[in-house]
Amino acid sequence: MKQKFDIIRSRCVPLPLENVDTDQIIPARFLKATTREEKFFGENLFRDWRYNPDGSLNEEFVLNDPTYGGEILVAGKNFGSGSSREHAAWAIAGYGFRVVISSFFADIHKNNELNNFVLPVVVSEEFLAELFKSIKENPQMEVEVNLPEQTVTNTATGRSEKFEINGYKKYCLMNALDDIDFLLENKEKTENFEKAGV
Amino acid sequence: MNTLFDKIWDSHVVQNVTDGPTQLYIDRLYCHEVTSPQAFEGLRKRGIKCFRPEKIFCMPDHNTPTHDQDKEIEDEVSRTQVETLRRNAEEFGLEHFGMLHPKNGIIHVVGPERGLSLPGMTIVCGDSHTSTHGAMGAVAFGIGTSEVEMVMASQCILQQKPKSMRINIEGKLKKGVTAKDMALYLMSKLTTSGATGYFVEYAGEAVRDLSMEGRLTLCNLSIEMGARGGFIAPDEKTFEYLKDREYSPKGEEWDKAVEYWKTLKSGDDAVFDKELTFHAEDIEPMVTYGTNPGMGMGITERIPEIDTIPEEGRESFVKSLDYMGFKPGQELLGTPVDYVFLGACTNGRIEDFYAFASIVNGRKKHPDVTAWLVPGSWLVYEQLEKEGLIKFFERAGFEIRQPGCSACLAMNDDKIPAGKLAVSTSNRNFEGRQGPGARTILASPLTAAAAAVTGKITDPRTL
Repeated sequence: MKQKFDIIRSRCVPLPLENVDTDQIIPARFLKATTREEKFFGENLFRDWRYNPDGSLNEEFVLNDPTYGGEILVAGKNFGSGSSREHAAWAIAGYGFRVVISSFFADIHKNNELNNFVLPVVVSEEFLAELFKSIKENPQMEVEVNLPEQTVTNTATGRSEKFEINGYKKYCLMNALDDIDFLLENKEKTENFEKAGV
Repeated sequence: MNTLFDKIWDSHVVQNVTDGPTQLYIDRLYCHEVTSPQAFEGLRKRGIKCFRPEKIFCMPDHNTPTHDQDKEIEDEVSRTQVETLRRNAEEFGLEHFGMLHPKNGIIHVVGPERGLSLPGMTIVCGDSHTSTHGAMGAVAFGIGTSEVEMVMASQCILQQKPKSMRINIEGKLKKGVTAKDMALYLMSKLTTSGATGYFVEYAGEAVRDLSMEGRLTLCNLSIEMGARGGFIAPDEKTFEYLKDREYSPKGEEWDKAVEYWKTLKSGDDAVFDKELTFHAEDIEPMVTYGTNPGMGMGITERIPEIDTIPEEGRESFVKSLDYMGFKPGQELLGTPVDYVFLGACTNGRIEDFYAFASIVNGRKKHPDVTAWLVPGSWLVYEQLEKEGLIKFFERAGFEIRQPGCSACLAMNDDKIPAGKLAVSTSNRNFEGRQGPGARTILASPLTAAAAAVTGKITDPRTL
């Protein structure tokens, strides 16, 4: 969803697993929609971890644990590997997350998050480990993500880190503009490129 | 610098956005039914058409059933998705190879075999296995649906230029070791994120020695090491493969094209951001034991003990083995197998069927195994028919199904039931990938065939 991004201060949902792939974020059988209903995808985020095979709630899974909540998902290394399905980003956005913090993201998924106004924040392994610890100690603790300053702060410990984002994407997020708006404005350049011959 | 990747990328740069990505021109966009509907919806909402419709090819593959394709698809949602692609292609004036169309099949099988994917091209599709087309000497990579919409709207995509990596595989593969084993071996060494951020060029004797089918398999699996894509510089084998294919250039155009394609190689002075070398002799037939493709080992080896796993990875490792029902230190040889799947964009080509047939040779399918042999396209199917292989497999108790993605991803009827163990030639062994609760072992067509005739995990070199 196109929305302006500035500073977010929120509690976190911890998912301290590595290599969470997009088949877990949204299983293939939920890819059959032909429209982009974020609500539908959000309801099925981590479907097979949230529900037992008999359809009952898996109370052990973190999304079903009322102790945790907020707009920030904190995940282990190599988040979003596997399939290119953008539905994974729609599910994350649809559930209500606006930020995902991890020490490493898979390429395509990272782009997909950015294209859906979800901010992937890459932090150091140390920051991530400390953050998981802080959340465990106090699930009410908050993290502040400041896009203009490109900083992320663990308010429990005061530890803060800079994160990377390219200037163009930052501008897009802060102004709720997407890539297609930009490409349509640049059509003439494309036509000139075609005339020059590949 | 001066890598083949640089050459192809640089020749497609429309502009470099200040403090931002590159606007890259795209020669070919493939669309399947799963990741395209929302892109078409986006165009409609913006009130725009496809900028260069003649560069876009559509075909359903994920949802297509692999039997009775002449009948209506039973599953309503699948049917809607396949039908939506047909309607969208018609509305936007795009080429569409629907179900039962002689050119239908899995996009990543059809593109190369029809001469639609050519050396030097930039190729994208809303599918991570688009890296397959890199085997033709193209820069090909998977994209998300917003990016599909971008290409439809402008024939361009905004991308950060990835870093470059060269993986050399020197020496000769041993008997019974295939391109699939090579890829699974690389993943087991590099992990599923070892090449993230990179575009990989595969080189070295063992890579050059691969057939085009083998190269397609190797490039297909690039994404499973996290790479944006992977490719192989085109050579005489590539030109031979492409000559007289339906969409390949013809006559004078062909000569001109080959002359250009011959220039497509990394310079002797090329500098890569990362370069790795492996030795083909070290590679055994491979099997996976966990729930990501990087969790692989030689078929005669044992699953690692937990104390060999780095501490931060142990929780995932244990979860993974629990799901598979395996124990650390366990050997997999001899483990009973319920299902065998030959097919997918990884191993659904004619050579893969030859490999499978070479093991079957006089043997019969084991009675406890359900086996699905699914050609990647109608062209592969026709060739099997012409060469009498369909009858050959039927006599051995196997059924050849109709083309599609099939059991690779549980989006059609071909699902592995919960708890069942499958030896699969596909590309992913994620939890639930082949059906909720399904347990997947990734392997080559030879190893899959060995499991199919013996009913258990068997080293194909012993048959």
